Amino acid sequence: MTQSFRLENVGLINRDKKLSFKFNGKTYYGFEGDTLASALIANGVHLVGRSFKYHRPRGFFGAGVDEPYAIVQLYRNGETEPNIKATEQELFEGLEATSVNCWPNVNFDIGAINNFLKIFLPAGFYYKTFMWPKSFWFKVYEPFIRKAAGLGVASIKHDKERYEHKYEYCDLLITGSGPSGLASAYAAAKNGARVILAEDKSRFGGTLLTSEVNIGNKSGKEWAEGIIAELREMPNVTVKNRSQVFGYYDHNMLVMSERISDHLPKTKKFHPKQRLWYIRAKEVLISSGSIERPIVFGNNDTPGVMLSSAAKEYLKVYGVLVGKNPLIFTNNDSGYETAIEFKKNGVDPVILDTRKDPRSEIVDEAKNLGINIKFSYVVVAAHGYKKVKSADIAKISDDKEKLGVVENIRCDCICVSGFWTPTIHLASQSGNKTKFNEDIDAFVPGISKQNETTLGAANGSYTLNETLKSSFKTGHELSKKITNKDNEISFPNVIEKKSTSHDKFWCVPLPQGKNYKRFLDFQNDVAVSDIEIALKEGYRSIEHVKRYTTLGMATDQGKTSNLNGLQLVSKIENKVVPNVGHTTFRPPYTPVSIGAIVGREVGKYSKPTRKSPMHSWHEKNNAVFVDAGVWLRPRYYKQGNENLFEASKREAKNVRTNVGVCDVTTLGKIDIKGPDAAKLLNRVYTNAWLKLPIGKARYGVMLREDGIVMDDGTTTRISENHYHMTTTTAQAANILSHLEYYLQLVWPELNVNVVSTTEQWAGAAIAGPRSRDLLQKLFPNSDVSNEGLPFMGYMEGDLFGVSARIFRISFSGELAYEVNVESDNGNFMWEKIIEAGQEFKIQPYGTEALSTLRIEMGHVAGSELDGRTIPYDNSLEGLLSKKKDFIGKRSLIRKAFTAEDRQKVVGVVPLDKKTSIPEGSHLVKDSNAPLPNPKLGYISASCWSVEHDNPFSLAILKDGKNMIGEKLFVMSPLKNKVIPVEIVSSHYVDPKGERVRS
Amino acid sequence: MLHIKCPHCGMRSQNEFSYGGDASIKRPELGKEISDQDWDNFVYNRKSLRGKHWELWQHISGCRQWIKVERDTSTHEIFNTLKANEDIS
Ligand SMILES: [Zn+2]
Repeated sequence: MTQSFRLENVGLINRDKKLSFKFNGKTYYGFEGDTLASALIANGVHLVGRSFKYHRPRGFFGAGVDEPYAIVQLYRNGETEPNIKATEQELFEGLEATSVNCWPNVNFDIGAINNFLKIFLPAGFYYKTFMWPKSFWFKVYEPFIRKAAGLGVASIKHDKERYEHKYEYCDLLITGSGPSGLASAYAAAKNGARVILAEDKSRFGGTLLTSEVNIGNKSGKEWAEGIIAELREMPNVTVKNRSQVFGYYDHNMLVMSERISDHLPKTKKFHPKQRLWYIRAKEVLISSGSIERPIVFGNNDTPGVMLSSAAKEYLKVYGVLVGKNPLIFTNNDSGYETAIEFKKNGVDPVILDTRKDPRSEIVDEAKNLGINIKFSYVVVAAHGYKKVKSADIAKISDDKEKLGVVENIRCDCICVSGFWTPTIHLASQSGNKTKFNEDIDAFVPGISKQNETTLGAANGSYTLNETLKSSFKTGHELSKKITNKDNEISFPNVIEKKSTSHDKFWCVPLPQGKNYKRFLDFQNDVAVSDIEIALKEGYRSIEHVKRYTTLGMATDQGKTSNLNGLQLVSKIENKVVPNVGHTTFRPPYTPVSIGAIVGREVGKYSKPTRKSPMHSWHEKNNAVFVDAGVWLRPRYYKQGNENLFEASKREAKNVRTNVGVCDVTTLGKIDIKGPDAAKLLNRVYTNAWLKLPIGKARYGVMLREDGIVMDDGTTTRISENHYHMTTTTAQAANILSHLEYYLQLVWPELNVNVVSTTEQWAGAAIAGPRSRDLLQKLFPNSDVSNEGLPFMGYMEGDLFGVSARIFRISFSGELAYEVNVESDNGNFMWEKIIEAGQEFKIQPYGTEALSTLRIEMGHVAGSELDGRTIPYDNSLEGLLSKKKDFIGKRSLIRKAFTAEDRQKVVGVVPLDKKTSIPEGSHLVKDSNAPLPNPKLGYISASCWSVEHDNPFSLAILKDGKNMIGEKLFVMSPLKNKVIPVEIVSSHYVDPKGERVRS
Repeated sequence: MLHIKCPHCGMRSQNEFSYGGDASIKRPELGKEISDQDWDNFVYNRKSLRGKHWELWQHISGCRQWIKVERDTSTHEIFNTLKANEDIS
């Protein structure tokens, strides 16, 4: 194919670099600097897709971010990405793209039958039609809708690309590099401010690239290039193209998506594909420009109908003609600029101007060039299916209500200009209450809520001179406030053609007897008639009309449709537009890829992984790991073909008969120092702490103020004013915050300091009847006898040259110790324990065996201390001091907490001594009772008791105190199990606690 | 994301802090008799104010200090921040 619509010597593309690409399987050529859209138009391709609802043919409407039609599925370097705007995608060698919304293909689309059935597809169609008959939904409606509707297809493959996040601070963030952005950035930068200038497109300059103006004796384009070149050299300025600031959040935080590699065939090594910038700016200058509005007329969605500014951009930037027989339909002077560009390049346009007798320099120039201009004329309807072939045009009365005789003229494109809508999305997101500007029929920013100023066209200012003047001034003044410098730059001389006012005309009436579809929202196929129906059916709020008709809800978020929708509602409702109000602008302004939002925190990087110093030993010894919060802990050590159940049983059994060692490094550890340390402990724990001797440990329970158990653990008095607290793995961070809260805010008079030492100590629990023998071997010079180191005793020892802390505490119910050494020595300690333990048949055990051991001895843990239970429920009431007050004590006398039949922890054994009880099952009295069967309690933890060799569970049971010996049923509807059980004491092993003291 | 001035560290982003609720609540003194109603008010009852509100935040990924922040709950505007030992005026 030849690029038959490409002009010679016009445009900013690089003609030395020809690129080949494929669209819907066909090969075409374009140039470096093209977008996919400009390259396709150069090749005469205008049919790129199908619309969402009626599957009508779709071409190109814009040339950038506002594009509602040209959405494609992109293929790049073996990956695919849906919903890419062809007007934004830069061309690269080997690019492949396909249409979306078409089935089986773009030229013959089954869904287009909707177009002929459109009487059945009015506003609210989906809500109404598919309600009945119900049985049709799954078999008929849903599969049909799924196949026929929907945009592109997301890849289900792992995304190999890298996305990054960056945090940045600056004095001024400027969003858009058109005249206002460049002028304000330049003035602020010259005054010493730290500036970030963001441009969505690949080229800087905005409208300066396409308008015929002169700034300081240079063309707009040359002036923009000069400013950018100078800004790039300044150390206080960051200039970013391909970067869209899409969200304005609280406290002047904005988020920008930078497309680093999307324009390349392949991402460069070590480069990210995209980068998300979180920018905290002292001041934000919104210079996002404006988007041309369409005028609504019959069949205005036909391919070839497009914005006149887009036609001009394709011509001036890409050297591409959108048609060779153009019709310009305008209500203002902008359409003339496009017409003049056509004329200058040897193409004869026809201008239809809705105005009767406009007089301005631009109109005069068009007249002088001999362009055919018809005043008080409108396009009634476009004709042609896959591209415009002709247009019905007519004269319109002065009151814009009546059409004259309709005539048909040939044309191959219709370039529409309905004046300009400021891009106020960012201003509105910042909390700015926008106001309606009658002069331009559009909303503009009102009073700022954050440090934000909107400039130029985005603020409704459409003359270059005015825009540059105010932007230089604002850039200077805002920077002066921040830098206290006063370097003013001289204002350049500006030459631009004067224009005259626009015509407040936006919708062409239907000619008698015709029922053309007149579209407002081009992506979601919302027509004038749909809004009329919605209003007839009683929808009034613009937010409701939007949701019912889906106006402005497509991926373009109504950038070209919202205002015309508002005009229509206000006309029908006989209200002025500001009273109808606009719908809320929400971030993101343009779609942002999920990859960019997620950044590098994917998969195993989604959270940090904490490993104990002994981790590599565990790995080498076949540990199977489990996530415990962010920690990785050995769940069991696999021997041969063992499964979890077999291995954990072996490990637990070995603790009960010989000796085991468990890595307990993950336990939270808090160092507590100060003369008032004991006082603090006495207040945060429920039991007494004032008389704990040096060298002794004590078990303690902490409550929240509402009486619920928060955590448990042991705390040891190391020296006079020095304590070592342990917490559960899960609660470590919360408990530290809890202590800091009381020390800083409630009892600042206490002279105590707390600090986390979780990562400073490696811990090993040595448990089992042979643990003392092992300990003696490890510490030959220490007296670790029952007298020398009694239960809950503490001593320091020398572990082959490494100093260690030895605690005689037990979680397993066996004679047990915990040895701590500095983290760096953790692996050394572990290897010494394993080595010395060989003669005592030591085996390492994981969290599963640890659970088994604690469950069968009735030691409550996380599954019972679940944020819903009080000390009584856990049989911890013996630890509640009657003599002193403590956190949460006052709550414990509340009625519900002292009820006679209050829930309590119990043991549960299946009657057949065989069936395992699923955790989370419910306990009921009668398994056949009608539903809902009254629930008496729930199973909190289950294990296979190695002591009794049968299943055993802990449960929180109503009136548990009086239920011992009762026969109940465990029910698990999820696992479809009903198990007859007996309630027993929660202390299933060594109920008197003799072993730990032996 | 809010931008909060830690009185110890300076302006920091919200993701360095954790929220701690109403700063005007005073814990009843230890060991003192207190009615059920007063205790309930301390533990449970909070006004969900629209507008200016003194609240606690902890600079958890910074200096770990609890601070008092005066924030408008509807606009997120922050008017003042105080150290734990400074009284709300
Ligand atoms: Zn701080």
